[in-house]
Amino acid sequence: MAGNNPNAKPMNLTLKVWRQRNRNSEGKIVEYQVKDISPEMSFLEMLDVLNEDLLLKGDEPVAFDHDCREGICGSCDLFINGRAHGPEKGTTTCQLHMRKFSDGDTITIEPWRANAFPVNRDLSVDRSAFDRIIQAGGYISVNTGGVPDGNEIPIPKNIADKAFEAATCISCGACVAACKNASAMLFVSAKISQLALLPQGQVERKTRVENMVAQMDKEGFGACTNIGQCAAECPVGISLENIALMNREFISAKATSDNLA
Amino acid sequence: MNLDSKIPEGPLAEKWEKHKFNVKLVNPANKRKYDVIIVGTGLAGASAAASLAELGYNVKAFTYHDSPRRAHSIAAQGGINAAKNYQNDGDSVFRLFYDTIKGGDYRSREANVYRLAQVSVNIIDQCVAQGVPFAREYGGLLANRSFGGAQVSRTFYARGQTGQQLLLGAYSALSRQIAYGKVKMYTRSEMLELVVVDGKARGIVTRNLITGEIETHAAHAVVLATGGYGNVFYLSTNAKYCNVTAPWRAHKKGAYFANPCFTQIHPTCIPVSGDYQSKLTLMSESLRNDGRVWVPKTKEMAERLRGGQIRVADIPEEERDYFLERKYPSFGNLVPRDVASRNAKQACDEGRGVGSTGLAVYLDFADAIKREGVDKVSQKYGNLFAMYEKITAENPYELPMRIYPAVHYTMGGLWVDYNLMTSIPGLYATGECNFSDHGANRLGASALMQGLADGYFVIPYTIGDYLAQMPPTPVTTQHAAFKEAEEAVHARTQKLLSIKGTRTPNEFHKALGHIMWDHCGMSRNAEGLQFAKQEIQKLRREFWSDLKLTGTNEELNQMLEIAGRVADFLELGELMVDDALNREESCGGHFREEYQTPENEALRDDENFAYVAAWEWTGDNQPETLHKEELQFENVKLTQRSYK
Repeated sequence: MAGNNPNAKPMNLTLKVWRQRNRNSEGKIVEYQVKDISPEMSFLEMLDVLNEDLLLKGDEPVAFDHDCREGICGSCDLFINGRAHGPEKGTTTCQLHMRKFSDGDTITIEPWRANAFPVNRDLSVDRSAFDRIIQAGGYISVNTGGVPDGNEIPIPKNIADKAFEAATCISCGACVAACKNASAMLFVSAKISQLALLPQGQVERKTRVENMVAQMDKEGFGACTNIGQCAAECPVGISLENIALMNREFISAKATSDNLA
Repeated sequence: MNLDSKIPEGPLAEKWEKHKFNVKLVNPANKRKYDVIIVGTGLAGASAAASLAELGYNVKAFTYHDSPRRAHSIAAQGGINAAKNYQNDGDSVFRLFYDTIKGGDYRSREANVYRLAQVSVNIIDQCVAQGVPFAREYGGLLANRSFGGAQVSRTFYARGQTGQQLLLGAYSALSRQIAYGKVKMYTRSEMLELVVVDGKARGIVTRNLITGEIETHAAHAVVLATGGYGNVFYLSTNAKYCNVTAPWRAHKKGAYFANPCFTQIHPTCIPVSGDYQSKLTLMSESLRNDGRVWVPKTKEMAERLRGGQIRVADIPEEERDYFLERKYPSFGNLVPRDVASRNAKQACDEGRGVGSTGLAVYLDFADAIKREGVDKVSQKYGNLFAMYEKITAENPYELPMRIYPAVHYTMGGLWVDYNLMTSIPGLYATGECNFSDHGANRLGASALMQGLADGYFVIPYTIGDYLAQMPPTPVTTQHAAFKEAEEAVHARTQKLLSIKGTRTPNEFHKALGHIMWDHCGMSRNAEGLQFAKQEIQKLRREFWSDLKLTGTNEELNQMLEIAGRVADFLELGELMVDDALNREESCGGHFREEYQTPENEALRDDENFAYVAAWEWTGDNQPETLHKEELQFENVKLTQRSYK
């Protein structure tokens, strides 16, 4: 079926895919051919085709992370032709479509490459370091119940909008993968910004940035050298401004720390 | 077993308050002596895990994702309803209750729905306190919109990603409790069995998806918050991992499954483009606030359009049939989801569909753009337009969108009483996993509301009532039932791996999806359902004799995971068909062709079918036993839904 575009011609492609049995084994690039790929397919549907072929041949399919396939869950995490989430700007791998490629192309597919994201298998990586950074302080400490009415906390629209922009991060880890230092600054700063901008976030503002940055360092992410590749490759457009804001928050918190111990 | 819904006595508006007073409380010093297992970390699971941990219970939370934040709640776009009446437009708890009962076509429980409407207002307050960045007006107060057929503006939203923002709020509360050590979080762990000891839920068996290790976990109570089963259709708007395995395993251990045939078809999805299609993408139905749905008036015109002889712009205004506005002048494009979906299908069945497949209708923003300008329209729908363009390579600012209905939500689920307890004592089900609040059709922006209502404000009260009735002594996995359940999981996995047939798990899943969509989808009839029943049985036999897998259990094996889930869908599918056959009426999302009004609207039979159909498992390949919970309507008058 030709889909939306009756002129779209199927493509044959060469895939160079990272295969690695588990966290402790050595990996290598393995070459595969896929045929009759419709340009209307998503990139992950193309991998589905490869995996069905492999399974029918009795080979082991390629493990990769994915779930919603709508660009919001942040599961998919492929490094395609040397770019996090592939060639299309502002797009997660699941929303990348094969019409961005041409018949005869060779496509190299690797997992995120960062010490803090060990490989589970093939293209699937462990990003639990992100969860531990949030656990270090990426929240406002309120219990269920006993909170004021929603409209008792008015927030200027421009501030609310800015906090929302920072909150759109989907924790995919593309920022880390794109950074030559494997720094997690963009991810961490997005959460810091969101909560530092909002009135609800003020009480824990200083301890939050101190604790989250400490956890980030502990996880083994690299330092930030202000290249900006993270923001350039971020599929949801998290701004580099957040890193500047986080640095300011951090210095200010360190100078006037609430950590009295 | 007698189905006791445990609805409290007294006037509707006082039931929940009274019940909260009457439930037994666990002594604060004793709470830490009780363990609770929560499976699933979407809105219903994460909110419950955080809230129960805050109260002092020891929580073990499980998700098959790599992070609790990836649950499919995250993909909800449109918003969350709450009876705040911030807009001074006549909303109230009773109106939200009434709209939900009516929208569900009078197949839900009054008491549950009223409670949902009551606690809806607390949810917004809670989320704001957590830092959820809801949309705001220039004065700094919360913004609302009207959504999905509601005639008041009660929907709170965060641009087109309300689900993500609410889930991140619940995830942040959960993360805080993980840091405190009150929640032990198990990621990449899939529940494959429920453990029942002396008739009570006492634990679960899980598989570590990275290592394949089979583990047992004990607790005083188990909560399933594992979402819906829409992926039984293969193609749906659900995420790829969404599955029925956890509730189905519980069902086979004695939890009744209620109203399985009640599935919701969402009208505004991006149409299928080819056989390789792996899932369908929904676009928020907020689009229907400004988009106008139409097809060409005549089949001939539609054929020329599909053949490429004419373009959309060549169709003059008088040749366009805005069928929803024509048939439902008062609700127009905002009729409920089931009505919008069925009418789109009807237009396509008449040969008037558009797009290369003919299985699509237009959703046109030309008038809105003319009226409000590109900027304003882009402010409201920019992200949805961008998503549409990414997938279809067409620009909706210039060409009307093409949409078609897709399976989106399942109103059916595990039967629960007013306390959200299933028919197995100590086993609870919350969120989409249970059947309780949406009847035969869910209103837009009500899924997020229900998930969070159950997790933040219902289960923290009702679970205490159960726990308070047992001594705070430790539970362990020593009982023989744990060993048995663990062995059953091992045996099943080995069985799947040892078939060594010729067809992949996805092939079986697709085949099942076709059967379900064709015969148990948007419209159903007895003949088709009978046929589907036989086809599913045949497919199930083939599955267990011809499945192909590679690799072992002791590694990350994604095809093995899929195979286990498809095996359960192959059983659930038959139950859905049985339920659809049994329900000889049309209501909400369940449309039996034999039962319709002369104007092709759903024709309910309140005399014979105003009940919840709760099914009891009786053994492999055996017909299930039907239990009926009669629905009592004391506060609303049952009427034929009319959106004319």
